[in-house]
Amino acid sequence: MSSDMQDLKKEGRAYLFVFAALIIFTILTVTISKLHVALAVAIIVALAIAIFKGSLVVSFFMHFIHEKKIILWLMFCVFLFFMGMILSLYFGEYSIPHGAKYVP
Amino acid sequence: MSSHEEHKLSFWRKYIFATDHKMIGIQYGLTALFFLFFGFCLVMIMRWQLAYPGTPIPFIGKFFGESRAPGGVMLPEFYDELGAMHGTIMVFLAIVPLGFAAFGNFVVPLQVGAPDMAFPRINMVSYQAYFIGGVIMLTSFFLPGGAASAGWTAYPPLADINPIGQTAWIVGMVFIITSSLLGGLNFIATVFQLRAPGMTFMRLPFFVWTELVTAFLLILAFPPLEAAAILQLLDRTLGTSFFLPSGLIVSGKPLEVSGGGSVLLWQHLFWFLGHPEVYVLILPGIGMVAEVLANNIRKPLFGYKAMVYSLLTIGFLSMIVWAHHMYLTGMGTAISAFFQTTTMIISIPSVIIITCYTISLWGAAIRFTVPMLFALAFIPMFAIGGLTGLPLGLSSPDIYLHDTYYVIAHFHYIVAPALLLAVFAGIYHWFPKITGRKMNTVLGHIHFWPTLILMNTTFMPMFIQGLAGVSRRLYDGGAQYAHAQGVLHLNVMISISSWFLALAQIPFIINFFWTLFAGKKVKSDNPWQATTLEWQTPTPPGHGNFAVVPVVYRGPYEYSVPGAKEDFTPQNQEHI
Amino acid sequence: MDMPYIVKPREDTGLFNAKLGIWLFLSSEVMLFGALFSSYVVLRVGSVGWPHGASILSVPIGMFNTVVLITSSVTMVYAWLSLRAKKFGQFKMHLAFTILLALTFLVVKSFEYGAKFEHHLFPKTSAYLAIYFTLTGLHAIHVIGGIIVNSYFLFPGSKMWQTDPERFINRIEIAGLYWHFVDLVWIFLFPVLYLL
Repeated sequence: MSSDMQDLKKEGRAYLFVFAALIIFTILTVTISKLHVALAVAIIVALAIAIFKGSLVVSFFMHFIHEKKIILWLMFCVFLFFMGMILSLYFGEYSIPHGAKYVP
Repeated sequence: MSSHEEHKLSFWRKYIFATDHKMIGIQYGLTALFFLFFGFCLVMIMRWQLAYPGTPIPFIGKFFGESRAPGGVMLPEFYDELGAMHGTIMVFLAIVPLGFAAFGNFVVPLQVGAPDMAFPRINMVSYQAYFIGGVIMLTSFFLPGGAASAGWTAYPPLADINPIGQTAWIVGMVFIITSSLLGGLNFIATVFQLRAPGMTFMRLPFFVWTELVTAFLLILAFPPLEAAAILQLLDRTLGTSFFLPSGLIVSGKPLEVSGGGSVLLWQHLFWFLGHPEVYVLILPGIGMVAEVLANNIRKPLFGYKAMVYSLLTIGFLSMIVWAHHMYLTGMGTAISAFFQTTTMIISIPSVIIITCYTISLWGAAIRFTVPMLFALAFIPMFAIGGLTGLPLGLSSPDIYLHDTYYVIAHFHYIVAPALLLAVFAGIYHWFPKITGRKMNTVLGHIHFWPTLILMNTTFMPMFIQGLAGVSRRLYDGGAQYAHAQGVLHLNVMISISSWFLALAQIPFIINFFWTLFAGKKVKSDNPWQATTLEWQTPTPPGHGNFAVVPVVYRGPYEYSVPGAKEDFTPQNQEHI
Repeated sequence: MDMPYIVKPREDTGLFNAKLGIWLFLSSEVMLFGALFSSYVVLRVGSVGWPHGASILSVPIGMFNTVVLITSSVTMVYAWLSLRAKKFGQFKMHLAFTILLALTFLVVKSFEYGAKFEHHLFPKTSAYLAIYFTLTGLHAIHVIGGIIVNSYFLFPGSKMWQTDPERFINRIEIAGLYWHFVDLVWIFLFPVLYLL
């Protein structure tokens, strides 16, 4: 990372843009949650916004986009495992035969 | 830390609060060997009950008290306590610290050409966390109700409602998991950052590769168990119902909890770790065997690249096979088919590695040193263990074999015959580098042959019992079941065999300590004439390991290079 | 032999040692929180009825806390930026703000918890509350950890700026990576627990 004053000032400004984006999307996600949509839609939208905000934090605040390619891939794999773990539990747990009802 | 500042460290800084990877490796090794011995003692007591159910335990029976063994006769609760702690101690306190941490710590920084592990103080904390976890596990025996007794797998609802020993188990596990996480990241950082110039990834000794993959498994797979442990702790202390379904009745009374929990949640979280954990157990052993084999065949190992890719495949696949431990939980056929497929696939890279080991022997000028005997014996033992896993990996035969002695035999073949033979190979092989003395060969043979034979006589009959349908974790060994009657006599044979197996370790213990204090000193820093960097250092290596940064010019197993003067060419030797 | 790559990065990986270390640690933390999120999914899918987050928790308070944490992430990265610009005074100010914002988060959280306890809503009361307290509780423990580390760097640890400034900049970068991760977890926790 450079320590030239001009570059640092530019970097500082970039962080402010990211900050603004994060605040805007926070307001957005709260506003959307007040609308009456189906649960599935609400989940997908909320998660999509969270993933977008999260990737802003990771890419800029944690300056991940400046790292070497192999490290990006490593963390992408971790992210895939994270999502895979959650999704597999969702899909795997309750594969009940068609027509049967889940009685708790 | 510069090596020319050989400042005298105090006793405490050198031996107790050590940050030098070699000393930490020794600390891990000695502590792990103690736990190995202790865990073995636990099962030897269990084996008395299995061979002669309902009879008083001889000599030591009276020391267990009325709550565990009234009149010296083991109670079922005591059997469960021994079983759960045998598994926990062996897996988490003995094998992983011995295979991964002890050998890894001593050897890996040397083999990559580093002055120490990347984070020496975190290394120290990692050992201390392990030590504390071990102390907690041991002291849990003295709690009211005894130590944990719901199996090393700690399934709820039983684990949620068991006496306080289970809480101690959870706390101990948190320390042990912390130790593994810190250790794992240390190894990865060391291998990535501290390789000597010229030490590319494809020039790494295979042991370093196995340690690297194991470290990744540890940091990715352990946290879900940590999460599960936290949830179980909250269930037990704050009355939550993460793992308690609604409507549970205990001792005739409904449990007063909010309910809504899932017992399967624990199983998924546990086995998400549990499966990679078994690869954590075996991979360092596979690596050690590679080192000993390469050194004693005096030619390069066959298929280094294939072995590396197989290893990476095993690492990746091991994260997506876990539910093969859960085929009987009522999961749907789709999910069953998925895990069955990945489980079958993961056997392939393991076979590739063993095949490479076997092919390496072809045309080799084999030196039958004591470490080589153990390394050679590893191959068929691992093959038996691995092959017997196949019916378990397929969901249909697993319906019959799940939770029987077949499973016990299968996994013990991998950890007891295969892995322990690998560990012994490692001990005999690296002993001269660590201590400057070579272990006695005659005692080594007296240790090896009975151990190999007795390991087989102990565990082979268990397959037969399992196929007959004898369930595991039965405190009478199946005596009250009709289907077990035909194979009950095998319990006596297995138990006697296990006790003799214990006796067969005495030559090793004698050899170990006698050589340590009075053994013949090796005249060379490289008594096995090996190529890897740890043998190109003084014995034992000093602080900072290498006086100058070594430069690596060649691969790890350049034995019998045509045109070379010697039959081995060290990695840091530029010209032959 | 001295330990290399403590300050200067290694060429082929592009990292100094501690940076790789912290990323590996954060990977394990992702798996830890991931497991808890998975538990949330399992519990919710298997439940008879699951409350809408907003009916139990206060969304305005949650949103306030979200803004607090995001702001603290900005001040943290500015602290690192100030050091690289050799402005030690500004660094201290930004780091101090980060700690204050973190403390604000905890204070608000404790009011939230207090309100729950007053209404006799405990972890054992329902599966929703159990997972809510566990997730936010573990997160709060990580916030406390971050406060401790940052306070160390603000006070005794800042002496390293005089002796080894480059290494100190690296340490603040590492602390920053950890702190951003704590913010990242909350970015997911907030919608999942409060809005869904």
